[in-house]
Amino acid sequence: MIRRILDHPVWATVLVGALLAVTFYGVSRFPRSIVVFMLFQCSILLLYFARMPGWLKGLLTVGTLAVLMPVLGSINGYYLEIAIQIGIFVALALGLNIVVGLAGLLDLGYVAFFAVGAYSWAIFGSPQANLIFGGSFFPLPQGWFFIFLLVAVAATAITGLLLGLPVLRLHGDYLAIVTLGFGEVIRVLANNLDKPINFTNGPKGITPISRPPIFFEPVLRALGIDPNPNVVYPLYLYFLVLVIVGVTVLVNRRVENSHIGRAWEAIREDQTAAIAMGVPMVRMKLLAFACGASFAGAVGVLFSAKQVFINPESFTFMESIGVLAMVILGGMGSIPGAILGATVVTVLNLQVLKGLSLWLNELRNAGIEILGYNLANLPTQLEPAKYERMVFGLILVLMMIFRPQGILPARRRQRELGEG
Amino acid sequence: MDFELLIGIFPQVLLDGLVLGFMYALIALGYTMVYGVLEFINFAHSEIFVVGAFVGVEVLLTLKAVGWLDALSPFLVLLVVLLLGMLASGLLAVTVERVAYRPLRGTPRLIPLISAIGVSFFLQDAVRLFESIWRNAFNLVYPTMDTLNIRFSLTETIDISVKSLVVIVASLLMLWGLHTLVNRTKIGKAIRAVAEDQAAASLMGISVNRMISLTFLIGGAMGGAAGVLFGVQYSLVNPYTGFIPGLKAFTAAVLGGIGNIPGAMLGGLVLGLLEAFAASYLSLLTGGAFGAEYKDIFAFSILILILIFRPKGILGEVVRERA
Repeated sequence: MIRRILDHPVWATVLVGALLAVTFYGVSRFPRSIVVFMLFQCSILLLYFARMPGWLKGLLTVGTLAVLMPVLGSINGYYLEIAIQIGIFVALALGLNIVVGLAGLLDLGYVAFFAVGAYSWAIFGSPQANLIFGGSFFPLPQGWFFIFLLVAVAATAITGLLLGLPVLRLHGDYLAIVTLGFGEVIRVLANNLDKPINFTNGPKGITPISRPPIFFEPVLRALGIDPNPNVVYPLYLYFLVLVIVGVTVLVNRRVENSHIGRAWEAIREDQTAAIAMGVPMVRMKLLAFACGASFAGAVGVLFSAKQVFINPESFTFMESIGVLAMVILGGMGSIPGAILGATVVTVLNLQVLKGLSLWLNELRNAGIEILGYNLANLPTQLEPAKYERMVFGLILVLMMIFRPQGILPARRRQRELGEG
Repeated sequence: MDFELLIGIFPQVLLDGLVLGFMYALIALGYTMVYGVLEFINFAHSEIFVVGAFVGVEVLLTLKAVGWLDALSPFLVLLVVLLLGMLASGLLAVTVERVAYRPLRGTPRLIPLISAIGVSFFLQDAVRLFESIWRNAFNLVYPTMDTLNIRFSLTETIDISVKSLVVIVASLLMLWGLHTLVNRTKIGKAIRAVAEDQAAASLMGISVNRMISLTFLIGGAMGGAAGVLFGVQYSLVNPYTGFIPGLKAFTAAVLGGIGNIPGAMLGGLVLGLLEAFAASYLSLLTGGAFGAEYKDIFAFSILILILIFRPKGILGEVVRERA
């Protein structure tokens, strides 16, 4: 039924437009209701499925993401925080999608590249670097943030190459384990490199990390808006994330349909045949590692600037698996899939699980009795918000058993399966 | 550098390394047996191990609550706990295989591996959920048993506790039992046949599925035993303890040559010793610059180096490449 409406351009436009408007109004009326906000997110998903002219769809998408979302964010700052998180994970998932989805190399230490990016800006964008080089030259001026986006891309790409070179001879599951070990090594290093020379400040982490400069401050003043950093920064970071995600999507789409993307997929499907057809296997695999890693590096810089504080806890194995779960859920090798997967998993973690936690707490505090059991006696350790791993685990197992191609399978793969 | 100190602590470090090594060997068996039969890394094995540890602590706490812990002989208690832990872990391993791996047999290699990672994460939080509801705490401490904490002094500087002896004796017994089972019985022969060639084995009238289940049962039971022994030795368990020992045991299995049962035992011992020496000597040798906290990196580096330069391990033969 909905499918049929969505296939009809006029009705689809009307339906999606109406839904967006209604849910937007709903969120602005009930800014604290998570359910209403999720409905708003669902209507964005419907927008993706709706069949309508390309320009109209683009316009609606841009309008929703660049206008409606910031407005909602200024009503309830938490939604903007969620949107930023989603954006960060979308970019990470798209990066991992290149390595796992396109090239078929299972990377279980992806978060290591994220960490390298984050620490590169954290060290130089905070007084931390003074401890390494002496003097009081650091933190670097805020403007360097943008330069470090590029520096991190280069640094993580090189890290990716360094990891890729020795492990290229491995295949499949051995490769997965080595990347896992690599991820752990980076985390342990971050945890312990506070001596003999203090690089990372160990488990205590680095703070305060400079945020990007508000270079448009004169414009705001000219418009008569007070550039209060507390108001400006969330919106500013949101738009930065949006730009980075946009660039990531663009690069992903260009790469996917280039000869490089096809070479990756050839390697994924049959390595021997790919080599026989003249695909330069070593160069292509290295390129996949470097490409995937560089996205994580750029997002890492943004992450550390957004958090102002980072420590090794943000870069555990669980994060790697979380990003993997996003890619798997959406569909390996599929760009819309990676976006959807990242959104769904982040929403599950930040909204559904947290919402459940709050709800349980309310029940507990109210001391309601159900079937003779007083909810005030619920164990205090029972916090749904802490069960991210269960979510990731269930996603991975269920998807592998019931729908290994993901929710939104890659078009090319779908075609292959259809013909085969 | 203080050579006398370096030499003086040597026997103690050797002993600690042996205890650790036997523990790794027991866990590594689970990885290597499954790999030998299915050519698949059972990523959830570390959680099978943790479940063993938790069953152990639950049984001990229950015994303590009813007052039997001090009344009964500690060795009898330990035997019961060990058997229960093995049973629980073995059955869990079989269930996991049935639910999450068997439907995926015959798919590309990465698919069951991803499923196994999922199972591992799911089980970690499942244990946590259960303990949170049951005890409202998920960091549990093994109740102390005084007899096990007695230490024998071998020389002035070297001593060994009863529980370390228990770990070594129990591991040796189990390794010997497994070795006999695999090499001297009909069932063992059937398992080896399935590992060699599933199709041919099934033509010879061996039930492949049953043998695979049995492999998981045995490997899981070994993991469960290791879990209980781990708890007895180090006292503190939480749902996430399994990850690092699991990864190290996998390293041990690869070190010895994955798929190779004596190899896993050897690999476990070698890794345990290396790690114990790294933990005590790294900071001494580097003047305190790199402390014991780098022992994990040390183990992972070994893993990476072996995989790159000698993927077949110490005792392994060349495994043919499977598409």
